[in-house]
Amino acid sequence: MRALWGLAGIAAALICGVVAAAGIEEGDKRSGFDFMTRETQALQADDTSNPGMLWVLQGEQLWRQPEGRANVACAGCHGDAAQSMRGVAARHPAFDEATGRPIDLAGRVNSCRASRQQAEPLAPESDELLALTSYVAHQSRGMPVTPAADPRLAPFRDNGRRLFQSRIGQLDLSCATCHDANWGKRLGGGVIPQAHPNGYPLYRLEWQTVGSLQRRLRNCMIGVRAEPFAFGAPESIDLELYLMERSRGLPVETPAVRP
Amino acid sequence: MTGDAILQPLTGGTGDPERGAVLMSDRHRSLCTLCHAGPFPDPHLHGNLAPGLAGVGARLSEGQIRLRVVDMRRLMPDTIMPSYYRVVDEEDRRIAAGWRGKPILSGADIEDIVAYLATLKG
Ligand code: HEC
Ligand code: HEC
Repeated sequence: MRALWGLAGIAAALICGVVAAAGIEEGDKRSGFDFMTRETQALQADDTSNPGMLWVLQGEQLWRQPEGRANVACAGCHGDAAQSMRGVAARHPAFDEATGRPIDLAGRVNSCRASRQQAEPLAPESDELLALTSYVAHQSRGMPVTPAADPRLAPFRDNGRRLFQSRIGQLDLSCATCHDANWGKRLGGGVIPQAHPNGYPLYRLEWQTVGSLQRRLRNCMIGVRAEPFAFGAPESIDLELYLMERSRGLPVETPAVRP
Repeated sequence: MTGDAILQPLTGGTGDPERGAVLMSDRHRSLCTLCHAGPFPDPHLHGNLAPGLAGVGARLSEGQIRLRVVDMRRLMPDTIMPSYYRVVDEEDRRIAAGWRGKPILSGADIEDIVAYLATLKG
């Protein structure tokens, strides 16, 4: 059956001028977790061994800490995160009225800092931003990814799909080349996963730290010798929106562990 | 280009198979073994996105190998194998600054690889 889809994809590619975008059949959808060794899976599954839990714990403290000229904590507005933040990560990126664009969780944290706490934004990939984002996303752990149904998101998601299918970089490969058409095969020593965003922020053994989805996207872009999107670039959010749609139904794993 | 081959070497001289062997398994410069397995060092780091290259020198002539490394797209427009000696049309491709306007490998590099792969007779 996958072979058939492959053929359909090649036909589509000839028509659209993009690389074979066979997509992933519904029954074949797998989290990056499924492609890992048992040892790495065990590291993620046990909270006492999962290094990402350190960021979640730090995030819990930051959640309660008053900040900025308004001297108010996240908890001051949102109360108990276990209730108020449950399901939030499963439906982000969401439409942001203020900017008229989709916004991801990290962007939301910084927008609350600016507008409610009157505090400086946290830097991309800073421990504080990763900790707060991990803590919020962790409240959705186990819930299925359920993208927001807001029709205003559609054009941004379409742009994300277009980016996913466009060949880039000196190596002239698209995300779809690897993650739609060749997932499960080995690139060098590692298996190519399906590129699902359901575990972020996550602890990557290669990084020896927690990182965001945007950091991962930048890594893949640098791998094909393309100019990566800047942190917070609108294109990154559009891509994330499409990746979330593609991973609909997979459980949120934050904080996941990856090789 | 003659049929499915480039008969003329890309440079004046002939390639050096020993340098070609080293370059072939250079995971950062040629990237070949990220996709191809073959009789190269570190087999556990070889990918399987592409056919194995053991015996390629018996299956293909030097000219055929040369064309496949230079620009596989000439034979298979949808291939995932990068075109090593074609400067990618840059529009919309976001090519990183350090790589812009350059082929992935030089003509001399490709001649070394062709000379090496031609020795893989089976
Ligand atoms: C040449 C192959 C290749 C291309 C092209 C590529 N990737 Fe990846 N990608 C990988 C591999 C291999 C990994 C797994 C890395 C690891 O975990 O060891 C990966 C991991 C990922 C992950 C993480 C999945 C997880 O479970 O954590 C995401 C998300 C992703 N890629 C998105 C993208 C996007 C978006 C693009 C295009 C901008 C892209 N990739 C282009 C090979 C590729
Ligand atoms: C991103 C993946 C990728 C990389 C990197 C790559 N190739 Fe390939 N190569 C392929 C694929 C896939 C094919 C088969 C043609 C197809 O199906 O598109 C192929 C085919 C070939 C063939 C023809 C094999 C045959 O038996 O017909 C040769 C020779 C070859 N590659 C050499 C190389 C060399 C030398 C390098 C590095 C300088 C290299 N390749 C890098 C993917 C790759």
